[in-house]
Amino acid sequence: MISTTPPYPIRLDKVWFHARTKPLIKDLSTTIADVEGLTMILGPNGAGKSLLLRLCHGILPAHDGQISWGERQDPGLQDQRQAMVFQRPVHLRRSAAGNIDFALKLHGMPGPERKLRIKEALDLTGLSRYHDTPARLLSFGEQQRLALARAWALAPDLLLLDEPTANLDPAAQRLIEEVLQKMIAGGTRVLMSSHDLNQARRLASQVIFLYRGRIKEQTSAEKFFAGPENDLAQAFLRGELLWWRRRAVFEPDPDKENDDF
Amino acid sequence: MICRQNFGGSMNDLWQAMTTAINLLVTFDTSLVEIVVRSLGVSLTAVFLATVLGLPLGAVMALSRFPGRRVLLVITHSLMGLPPVVVGLIVLLMLSRSGPLGALGLLFTPTAMIIAQTILVLPIIAALSTTVFESLWQEYEEQLMSLGAGPRARIQALLWDGRFALMTAVLAGFGRANAEVGAVMIVGGNIDHVTRVMTTAIALEASRGDLALALGLGIVLLLLSLAINTASYSVREFARQRYQA
Repeated sequence: MISTTPPYPIRLDKVWFHARTKPLIKDLSTTIADVEGLTMILGPNGAGKSLLLRLCHGILPAHDGQISWGERQDPGLQDQRQAMVFQRPVHLRRSAAGNIDFALKLHGMPGPERKLRIKEALDLTGLSRYHDTPARLLSFGEQQRLALARAWALAPDLLLLDEPTANLDPAAQRLIEEVLQKMIAGGTRVLMSSHDLNQARRLASQVIFLYRGRIKEQTSAEKFFAGPENDLAQAFLRGELLWWRRRAVFEPDPDKENDDF
Repeated sequence: MICRQNFGGSMNDLWQAMTTAINLLVTFDTSLVEIVVRSLGVSLTAVFLATVLGLPLGAVMALSRFPGRRVLLVITHSLMGLPPVVVGLIVLLMLSRSGPLGALGLLFTPTAMIIAQTILVLPIIAALSTTVFESLWQEYEEQLMSLGAGPRARIQALLWDGRFALMTAVLAGFGRANAEVGAVMIVGGNIDHVTRVMTTAIALEASRGDLALALGLGIVLLLLSLAINTASYSVREFARQRYQA
């Protein structure tokens, strides 16, 4: 049975995630995607951004605590109300069109409709001429656009992106941002991680600043870029928060001893 | 002098056997064709059965986590090198009149040979396909989960996307079935017109001195092996060029 309720807001209640014994997400309680637009997860490398996205998507289980999606206690991935674009695009050993077709077939969309949607998705991302090209022969940037095309084709209520433009040239980055803005305008809520501050300024309506597995600040983008309250976020904006371990300009983290490994 | 004469004589014999063998091949000699057809029938059936059983087994070993999985993996890999005569012996004991399956009366029939070869080939297909499924799954897991693919769609995707690598696994199994002599000799009994296949016929004719038929069958076996390896190589090359897989 296909669910008709959107998978947001995502509520996290005392969520923990460990790698072996090391905690990577620590006692996180918050509500995400409770407002329209794009929520940007900012933070230095190793802050836990990718992990938080996977937890929010429901493809990783929390080791402790609860996550709920809208009215549901499970992510309902089989309903495809949410889609994710990973940092490294993964495509099946089929053509570009075949990859989108695979996702739409899972969705139960009938053949003629799929064909049309595939064409639209490839047009939108500038990949029309690669319709029959094996996806894995495309360049990295083209593969990332294809991953976004696949996500777009599913028309999700919630789209998650893990640094989708991290390795792309400015033109490809712009194209992806344009598609994102179209989807946002169409009502899709987006949760995205990045450490590109300019991109965050362009796209975000909300900002979550993550540091060592904890949310240090969660506010509107306007407020965040005007001047965050958290001192670590301030340092991050100034470009002084260099490294998530000892080279940070400050060491004010209360659970520092926990993190000494 | 005698020595030389003998040598010359045996060279002549060999030459004569060779020409006769080629003659048998080009004229599609009925006794030779009969043996080749029976051989292929037995081996292809065994490989088909081993594929039907081995691919799901490989998928289960690659994708699911259950107690004893590692032990099963090690055993499967060890069984890839199973000596055919041992398999023959075990199947013989099972099918012999006093054995647990003796009532079926299968001993010294082509069915017995198919059973033995299936057992021989199954570990090869299961072990090789486990490796294929494991590496694909590692790559696809997050994406397939994200798309909400259920167990059936996952297996379908892995089977289809691993089709070339799985094909080479099946061909490796066919190569093994085709070349072995020990198992089919023991459980088939090498009965003329009933269970005589290429390898058992060669063993018999070589000891009996009918070198022509033995050589003719030997040539067919070599050509088959060449064909299997050419197919396997072409499949890999095609997959590499088309999908960078």
